[in-house]
Amino acid sequence: MTETPDLGAPRIWVLIEQDAGQVHPVSWELLGAARRLASELDGEATCVEAVLPGYGVRHLAAEAFRYGASRVYLLEDPVLALYRNLPYALGVSRLAQTYRPEILLIGATTLGRDLASTIATQLETGLTADCTELTIDPKLRILAATRPTFGGNLMATILCRKHRPQMATVRPRVLPLPEALPRGATGEILAVELDLREADLPVRRLRLIPGAERLNLEHAQVIVAGGRGLGGPDGLTLLRQLADLLGGIVAVTRPLVDAGWISADHQVGQTGKTVRPKLYIAAGISGAVQHRVGMGDANLILAINRDPEAPIFQIAHLGIVGDLHEVIPELIRQLQTLRAGDSP
Amino acid sequence: MHTIVAIKQVPDTTHVRIDPETGTLIREGVPAVINPYDRHALEMAIRLKERFGGTVTVLTMGPPKAAEALVECVEQGADRAILLSDRKFGGADTLATAYVIAHAIAAIQVEDPADLLLFGKQAIDGDTAQVGPGVATRLAVPLITYAMRIESLDPATRTAIIHRRIEQGIEVLETTLPALLTVEKEIATIARAPLPNLVRAAHYRPETWDATTPVPFDPARIGIKGSATIVSKAFTPPRKEPGERMSVAESGLTRVVGQALQRLVTAGVLSSAPATAPRDESNA
Ligand SMILES: Cc1cc2nc3c(=O)[nH]c(=O)nc-3n(C[C@H](O)[C@H](O)[C@H](O)COP(=O)(O)OP(=O)(O)OC[C@H]3O[C@@H](n4cnc5c(N)ncnc54)[C@H](O)[C@@H]3O)c2cc1C
Ligand SMILES: Nc1ncnc2c1ncn2[C@@H]1O[C@H](COP(=O)(O)O)[C@@H](O)[C@H]1O
Repeated sequence: MTETPDLGAPRIWVLIEQDAGQVHPVSWELLGAARRLASELDGEATCVEAVLPGYGVRHLAAEAFRYGASRVYLLEDPVLALYRNLPYALGVSRLAQTYRPEILLIGATTLGRDLASTIATQLETGLTADCTELTIDPKLRILAATRPTFGGNLMATILCRKHRPQMATVRPRVLPLPEALPRGATGEILAVELDLREADLPVRRLRLIPGAERLNLEHAQVIVAGGRGLGGPDGLTLLRQLADLLGGIVAVTRPLVDAGWISADHQVGQTGKTVRPKLYIAAGISGAVQHRVGMGDANLILAINRDPEAPIFQIAHLGIVGDLHEVIPELIRQLQTLRAGDSP
Repeated sequence: MHTIVAIKQVPDTTHVRIDPETGTLIREGVPAVINPYDRHALEMAIRLKERFGGTVTVLTMGPPKAAEALVECVEQGADRAILLSDRKFGGADTLATAYVIAHAIAAIQVEDPADLLLFGKQAIDGDTAQVGPGVATRLAVPLITYAMRIESLDPATRTAIIHRRIEQGIEVLETTLPALLTVEKEIATIARAPLPNLVRAAHYRPETWDATTPVPFDPARIGIKGSATIVSKAFTPPRKEPGERMSVAESGLTRVVGQALQRLVTAGVLSSAPATAPRDESNA
């Protein structure tokens, strides 16, 4: 890739993440965001394009067109059959050096975080991780990436002024899934040679030990969540009883994971999962911003906290000021009565 | 066997509180700790030293106060500790931070090449998880993130087999050495520091490197100057209208819970049938 192509219009790129030919939905969420950013920039003039690395993945380009990509850079090679940091990063970085996208968006998944950091280093550019909002700065006409920060109950908007591409990662489910265009939407496929040999790659996958069934918090309709107010692992038992009655899943705040009470896949928040259930019960959770960004979009939030000043009440639709060790057993009792009355 | 471990001193986030009046962070009394993942990385390095002999070097970039964290690492069993500290390093984003750490590691390796570089999977203050990958990329060594177990390691053939946690399960990878791993807590459980370490640490002073000595860093690539990103503004998230609130103390337990349930029924979020939704297996 030595010759410089006619760069033409500015480009926004989205990395399409796939595993065994299945696209991770976060890629479509990002394409939706890219389209919105393009129209904020200057409407028609900016191209939204997708980068698709893998092997035997050409058929996925059609899907990328349906989510709004006008061009798909197809990086197909046997060395890309399974994700590995080096060949994936080199492939995308070289492509970016040739086509110079303005913006490159990647899902903040395990794969995406690993890959994005490496690409940003290879391209010597800025990367904002785990953004909760992407917009165009109206004055500077560049990407404004917002993420919660440790500065306290704060959000920070981060800019990358001089380096290109401007890179950002976004967690799954933070952005809405856009509507797909009707079938038949098309675009251009540009197949790119990778030019890497297996023998030159330092890491090889020997095997995969499949994980237990994934806990699907992201798509749960009912979530019963607890925080430090549970007081100890026993409090979790109480939550599980309520969750079972409601057909819901148990979630927690980060300190509970850090304390080893429960596995990390139950954590909601900035460094956990983003959820959008119909009902989110938050018991003994103070409502720190890092937790709220993961659950603030729930349809109905019921907070139970004995501190009337707890910030969780600012976002709860329904709040109960009281001790969860009284309130939850009573909830369970009344629910059982309700259910008993329902059945003939 | 020489292992280099990068550690960071961070505020203990479990002690961080938000002032409900002002909505800002209460910083007073928040203790500084070694980033928890980094302690496990160091422990792994110590285990490897026990098995193969050799040395463990720790380094950190931070304010002078971060020397405390390095002394703690010596207590835990590190042999050599280096503090990269200079005002000019300040205000660095991950790009500039990774440059400084990579450059320092390259300098250490001139005299004592490393077989393994260990980093935490992320630092709990910013959670970017970018510094480890950034350093691996700059040093052109293989990167394995989210490493949770070293199945085998052979300094002679310079290969290792590493378990890595991914969404689909656990990936078992073979890599050449030297390699850089960013680690999960399971990589090694932390043992109590033996007494001789404590005695040694009591007298230990970490080496301090600044931006020019003993190795010069490229002034254009460090600190704020070397950073690609800037924070353009910080703001408190807009508040929603507060919802309805009931108090057990004022209205009584049965009544409050009854009313809340009624609201849930009206909102249609309670299926009246008992749970049929997919059960959460890992709850068991
Ligand atoms: C970079 C970064 C990332 C983070 N990522 C996440 C994340 O992804 N997810 C996350 O959750 N956190 C995250 N955190 C941590 C977050 O800042 C908070 O520390 C955490 O969410 C607080 O958890 P908590 O509400 O369980 O605990 P606390 O803040 O201690 O709150 C406990 C609450 O329980 C109430 N309570 C106590 N006893 C009872 C009782 N008997 N009955 C009723 N109420 C009671 C108290 O009034 C209090 O409000 C992150 C922090 C940082 C710095
Ligand atoms: N200032 C620093 N000094 C030394 N190591 C660091 C520093 N910042 C980050 N690291 C290392 O990089 C890892 C990931 O940090 P981060 O990218 O900030 O999430 C940490 O667990 C440390 O091992």
